[in-house]
Amino acid sequence: MQTKRRVFLKGSLAASAAGLAVGAGLLSPRAVLASEWPTAAFDATKMDAGLNELFGTADAAESGDVSVKAPDIAENGAVVPVTVESSIADANQVAIFVSKNPTPLVASFDLSGANPFVSTRIRMGETDNVTGVVNAGGKLYKASKEVKVTIGGCGG
Amino acid sequence: MSTIRMRISPAGDVLDVKALIRHPMESGNREDKSTGKKIPANYIQKLMVAVNGENVMDGNLSEAVSKNPYLNIKVPGKKGDEVTISWNSNTGESDEATQSA
Repeated sequence: MQTKRRVFLKGSLAASAAGLAVGAGLLSPRAVLASEWPTAAFDATKMDAGLNELFGTADAAESGDVSVKAPDIAENGAVVPVTVESSIADANQVAIFVSKNPTPLVASFDLSGANPFVSTRIRMGETDNVTGVVNAGGKLYKASKEVKVTIGGCGG
Repeated sequence: MSTIRMRISPAGDVLDVKALIRHPMESGNREDKSTGKKIPANYIQKLMVAVNGENVMDGNLSEAVSKNPYLNIKVPGKKGDEVTISWNSNTGESDEATQSA
């Protein structure tokens, strides 16, 4: 009885210490799961450098298995709807680049179950290509779509 | 009130998730016209989506994503599954919302 009480006390002490750490924000369960935000890839001012930082290679093949949907003309560069989709089965990363933006990498998505389909709204500085890049087993595939921008959406 | 709104449409074994997040996505390039000072950057960097607590997508966003980010993705799941979306910003703010399909 005595020993059990001792064990119980020790156990609850340890548990409450972990609980405190979580409560204090030292150990956020989701922060542990999520990977680091790729700072160097987002800071890159050239698209090839961004690709290199993100995927370890800038060698992306034009592919009909990647589709980029975006409007032909965007009156407002601050809100350009873009959809990147791929039929490549083992695609595990999808990234969106706008090469003439100050930092070309717009967003990247690591897939661990989700389909290779991302639709979002982005900012574009000027008339440019929107490029969708898909990583499947270390190989990069890309497709682009030109969007004419009437009013840029970067500064203001 | 949560900054995250979502609409989930189940179609077979896939959930079509549309999310709208209320956030200024301040790029750091804009000036406050009244003071002439730059408005500091404040944008979402991480955007995570989980189904029944299991991570299915881990997104990295930049200041080139429009204000009040919109995201439409397709994730595995069926009616009744719980979809959780959470975000963290460069300023250390975060939010999370869960909804049943």
